[in-house]
Amino acid sequence: MIVDLRRFVTAERPYWDELRSVLETLEAEPERRMPLAGIQRLHYLYERCSADLARMDAFAVDPALRGLLESLVARAYSEIHETRAPIKVNWRGLLVAFPRAFRRHAGAFRLSLGVTLLGCAFGWFAIRTDPASKAVLMPFQQLLGSPAERVKEEESARQDRMQGHKATFSAELMTHNIQVTVLTMAAGISWGVGTLMLLFYNGVILGAVAADYIGAGQSLFLAGWLLPHGSVEIPAILLGGQCGFMLAGALIGWGGAATRTERLRVVAADLFTIAGGAAAFLVWAGIVEAFVSQYHQPVLPYSLKIAVGLCEMAALVLYLGWAGRE
Amino acid sequence: MKPARESSLRIETPEGVVFSFELATPVARALAWAVDATAIAALMYGVGKLAALAGVLGNDLVGALTVGGYFAVSVGYGIVLEWRWRGQTIGKRMLGLRVIDARGLRLHLPQIVLRNLLRLVDSLPLLYLVGGVACFSSRHAQRLGDLAANTVVTREARWNAPPVDVIDGARYNSLAAWPHLVARLRSQASPEAVALALRAVAGRERYEAGARVALFAGLAAYFQGLVQFPESAVEGLTDEQYVRSVLRVIYGASSEGVS
Repeated sequence: MIVDLRRFVTAERPYWDELRSVLETLEAEPERRMPLAGIQRLHYLYERCSADLARMDAFAVDPALRGLLESLVARAYSEIHETRAPIKVNWRGLLVAFPRAFRRHAGAFRLSLGVTLLGCAFGWFAIRTDPASKAVLMPFQQLLGSPAERVKEEESARQDRMQGHKATFSAELMTHNIQVTVLTMAAGISWGVGTLMLLFYNGVILGAVAADYIGAGQSLFLAGWLLPHGSVEIPAILLGGQCGFMLAGALIGWGGAATRTERLRVVAADLFTIAGGAAAFLVWAGIVEAFVSQYHQPVLPYSLKIAVGLCEMAALVLYLGWAGRE
Repeated sequence: MKPARESSLRIETPEGVVFSFELATPVARALAWAVDATAIAALMYGVGKLAALAGVLGNDLVGALTVGGYFAVSVGYGIVLEWRWRGQTIGKRMLGLRVIDARGLRLHLPQIVLRNLLRLVDSLPLLYLVGGVACFSSRHAQRLGDLAANTVVTREARWNAPPVDVIDGARYNSLAAWPHLVARLRSQASPEAVALALRAVAGRERYEAGARVALFAGLAAYFQGLVQFPESAVEGLTDEQYVRSVLRVIYGASSEGVS
């Protein structure tokens, strides 16, 4: 017990001031590597201040004194007890970290794909059995008309309708698709229900559009229109769904002994990596959609567009499936 | 049963030392968000002006830069500032708030990104209704982004050591002759009142005479209400002298002439 608090404060204050100074340096320069002697001194100061704080228990002490020591001990604790490696941006490392994180959670991706395919089947079935449902299912005005008429109009166009706003359109597509992907991920916080609904809805639209164009005999146009950007954009949204289900899995935590906090801590880095990778994919998809997908035969032959789309898809599969394998 | 909302986050270290962080209230967080929303709007205005400078290269480029810039500012504002300022944005700095890891450890980039991306859900359907409800109903006032990223928002206070130098060891302290009463006073006096008395002594020169007399009278009355020393111990002491004597015995300042 502290008998003479005044003497105690006078004697200990130099150590508190020293610890505060060390912490301020560390906080201002997070990348700084301390020499061994400095680390040992920090540990000593932390233990000394912790002991001072413990000695003040059961004593009617000034809240400012307790607050000072608590804040010093708390700040030193976060520096000393942190065991996670600091994040360092290493581009080569990031390139392989993304597919590795993707493969670690392949089950969540399969679920994401499955829900989307289920939505596609529903959209397909709805359009095939009730063509009038198109007005309800299609969210875009340009898709409500006849596919044959649209194809005829696109192929006979003499002017570049994208002239003068391709870059803006591309930026709009990127930001919109990134928002959709992030929302699909973030909706996982609703124990996965939100992610499930968004993926299913996306699948319904995709299935409905496919049913409408294939039913009208415009399969070639559809493939040439969607494949160049869709082969990257759709997997990116599925990655958003994967993140959403990872988040939901960590929240629900079936069968594991770990606490929710620990489960979330484990997936946080992978969520960050996969979401970042998906965003990069969507930047590419936005560029391709504005500069390639909107041009049709005879400007760009369908065979070329389909080949580009298939190449992208193959590269994506190879990258996510094999890059960084050990 | 729903967990009761707590006003502080208590952390026990492996060494058995306990410390706590005061949690930010939802209202303080809403005010910080209002400041941040204003800062984001100002930044977007700046981005629009900067993008317009690219007008010589074509309107299409201006449009693309504006759209991309707005998006980067709205998403990146929280992430960049919380990363560079260790859990603070402009609004949080102004309101004295800080995001920390819920286990008291260092905040990591994935946590910052996750809590900021989940704003999309927290801000639904408008004005952070989902996040606000989550904040009011969670034990540590966490919105959904905080729950997922395992972070909390705390109120940051800058503490300084109390001015104990003003408690000089007097030649004689009449209260110290009654150790059992001193022990009772030590255990019953509230830390806040002791702190107030210490600051009153340290800053006595700053008060006007009338205010000083009233302040020490109030403090003396508080301490006298806790423990009644015998008449012989307090005889002839002014209220200020009485408060100084109380501080000396509470802080254990050694005094001469005490048996």
